[in-house]
Amino acid sequence: MAKVIVWGSLKPHTGGKTTVEIEARNVQELLARLGETYPGLQNQIKRGVSVSIDGLIYREGWLEPLKPDSEVFLLPRMQGG
Amino acid sequence: MPLDNAPDSKRKYNVVGTRPLRPDGIDKVTGRAKFGADATAPGQLVGRILRSPHAHAKIKSIDTSKAEKLAGVKAVITREDFPDLTDGDSGLYDTMYNIMAREKALYEGHAVAAVAATTPAIARQAMKLIKIDYEVLPHVTDVDEAMKPNAPLINSKMFTDGVDPKPKKASNIARRFEFGHGDVEAGFKQADIIVERSFKTEATHQGYIEPHAALASMSPDGSAELWCCTQGHYMVRDVCARILGIDISRLRVTQSEIGGGFGGKTTVFIEPVALALSRKANRPVKVVMTRDEVFKATGPTSSTSIDIKIGVTKDGLITAADGTFRYQGGPFAGCSPAEFGAMSAFAQFHLDNVRAIGYDVLCNRPKTISYRAPGAPMANFAVESVIEELAHKLGMAPIDFRIKNAAREGTRSSYGPVYGPIGLGATLEAAKNHPHFKAPLGPNQGRGMAAGFWFNFGGQSCVSLNIPIDGTITVSVGSPDIGGSRASMCMMVAEELGIGYDQVRAIIADTSSLGHNDVTDGSRTTFATGMACILAARDAIKKLCARAAATWGIPEDAVTWEKGYAKPAGANAGNFAPLSLKEIAAASPGTGGPIAGHHEYSADGAGVSFATHICDIEVDKETGASKIVRYTVIQDAGKAVHPAYVEGQFQGGAVQGIGWALNEEYIYGKDGRLQNAGFLDYRIPVCSDLPMIDTMILEIPNPGHPYGVRGVGETSIVPPLAAIANAVAAATGVRFTQLPMSPPRILKGIEDAKASGAKKAA
Repeated sequence: MAKVIVWGSLKPHTGGKTTVEIEARNVQELLARLGETYPGLQNQIKRGVSVSIDGLIYREGWLEPLKPDSEVFLLPRMQGG
Repeated sequence: MPLDNAPDSKRKYNVVGTRPLRPDGIDKVTGRAKFGADATAPGQLVGRILRSPHAHAKIKSIDTSKAEKLAGVKAVITREDFPDLTDGDSGLYDTMYNIMAREKALYEGHAVAAVAATTPAIARQAMKLIKIDYEVLPHVTDVDEAMKPNAPLINSKMFTDGVDPKPKKASNIARRFEFGHGDVEAGFKQADIIVERSFKTEATHQGYIEPHAALASMSPDGSAELWCCTQGHYMVRDVCARILGIDISRLRVTQSEIGGGFGGKTTVFIEPVALALSRKANRPVKVVMTRDEVFKATGPTSSTSIDIKIGVTKDGLITAADGTFRYQGGPFAGCSPAEFGAMSAFAQFHLDNVRAIGYDVLCNRPKTISYRAPGAPMANFAVESVIEELAHKLGMAPIDFRIKNAAREGTRSSYGPVYGPIGLGATLEAAKNHPHFKAPLGPNQGRGMAAGFWFNFGGQSCVSLNIPIDGTITVSVGSPDIGGSRASMCMMVAEELGIGYDQVRAIIADTSSLGHNDVTDGSRTTFATGMACILAARDAIKKLCARAAATWGIPEDAVTWEKGYAKPAGANAGNFAPLSLKEIAAASPGTGGPIAGHHEYSADGAGVSFATHICDIEVDKETGASKIVRYTVIQDAGKAVHPAYVEGQFQGGAVQGIGWALNEEYIYGKDGRLQNAGFLDYRIPVCSDLPMIDTMILEIPNPGHPYGVRGVGETSIVPPLAAIANAVAAATGVRFTQLPMSPPRILKGIEDAKASGAKKAA
């Protein structure tokens, strides 16, 4: 199962946990299951998130595959100037 | 997705890394280049926007009847012309609210009505005839004041997100973010020295020279064309179509040359208004902003209030870092870059215990928009100022203190992910060994430094490459060229095809000609669109090889491409004279028709970016005036495609940072109105203010790009604020914690320090 780390202020939506484990083959599946398991995260997911998978940041990358031991960080959707 | 072919470190480049002439140079210096305001259409009308004189006011009624009756007026629009079609998309709703006020005017300059008329004089007269009944409300423009419980409330439905339990009382605090790892309280207990400081920075504007301009033409059948200056015409198309309720495919947007953007042209302001006026008038309408409107009604960056606390052991190891970052984003939620300030603040350090808390706060100011590395420069100013102070308390050279605590490959970043190969250490070592670092200083001069970070990203790009019968190349890209990207695109295509740079020309195609392209932001274009160019060229090479194979009657895989020629792959493939690109192109009508290459994708793997800056400043202690006497930028570019443009990006970021640090600020009166909406009173640096900015390009290849390219456009604005503050502290003995360090503020700081007889924060 992929280890998913959410940023601190999302903890209220994950029962106080910053790290949760989710079974998912890719980012799209991971975000869908995160939203199902923790409905409070749906607003943020809808607002936009980027993810980092094993250190590499993906701004979109919904179909990016996940390994069973992948470390995934949920990040605010990246913006730039 | 990231490309799986990492850069070949032994590859020798023929075109990449050279410094050819810029393709847009002649048109720009001869005045032939067409900018936003240069667009014209037969029968076009003049569009003007009426704006709120109040910082915060309820709009009780709008009477446009007298204006509509004025001869020469062809359309008047208000909020009634923008029905809510946003379908619950709060971001789009706020964008619509920002381009035309609804129940309330939320800042001075907020659009409240617009007129299309046959002449500018009639348009101005019509605006005077529009009667608006305002109920003026209390306002707030300071971020700290806005966070107080009794502050004037901008949005009565705003309940802070990201706190537990969710508040029951509305406030101006839209969201709270928290990033970090470890245990900061435990970390501070291990510290021998702790420095804690509070900082404030003022809002600054991107200061692009070209004001926003848009020419819209909407037909009665609902199809429309728009010409405008923007960093993302596909974004303009999508947003305008959704606000106006038309099919995206029926709106064609053509991007003009752009006179600067720096993040400020990554959203819409006047474009939907011009389209709505054209729809109502049934004539083309051109809207061009004045400089006053640019300052008051586009998107500057946030003003901020920041607290930093960092602890170290006596041998110089950071044990804990903690920061609170309050950023105002104007009157809408989610507009300030508070989260990116908090995420980037400590990213240059290897930290076991770190916490960064960000607050996104509403104020009665213009809706902020990105400005080069949004959110990072202010956070960096605060953190790197404290770092410098800690180094002095430790008795360590600041550069050695930074090297000792620098993030490196394998470091868990302060925002979470573990770094792969990064170039921070290399920039710090290069700074330490740079002649600038050892040069003597004159009287009243001080030297400062700072290191900074930015994320960079990729995104969606779509590229077509066409080969006409003479074998020259046209590359169509959809990324507006805001910093020389056309040259880089041509160079990468020439490199792949093995031909000269002068054989390739790049154009920025309109939105009906290519698939979607993301906005030119996030330092993404040379990385992502450039990679799409490389892959489009490789696609074309396959087709060129196929034509040669068909000509020779051998299998396609028996043909290779080398230095602009198709050749048999080996002796077994046959003995054929190589066919040049020109020969294959000339024969193309008879061998299968036109030849083109294409690629579309969403790129990732941009790779993070670091820079170290060194600044020498001279301060006149009698007047408080300061002058940058030497400045050096050292940054990792991965691979510099066109080094002169890379140096230009380094220098441009540094100069904007110098302006931010020393002079630029939004000054508000007690009435909530902007006092300095013009370049005479809002002073950006000009050439005579500055020395030549020295640059050093480091090339630590990005594994996510076939040539190793990293974006370079944003990181260079991150370190200057702190580097200059550290230099001023060295020159004056006074630590300044508020920007800008304008002459009056520096003078007061020096005089206060003299009066108190000790060094102190100003």
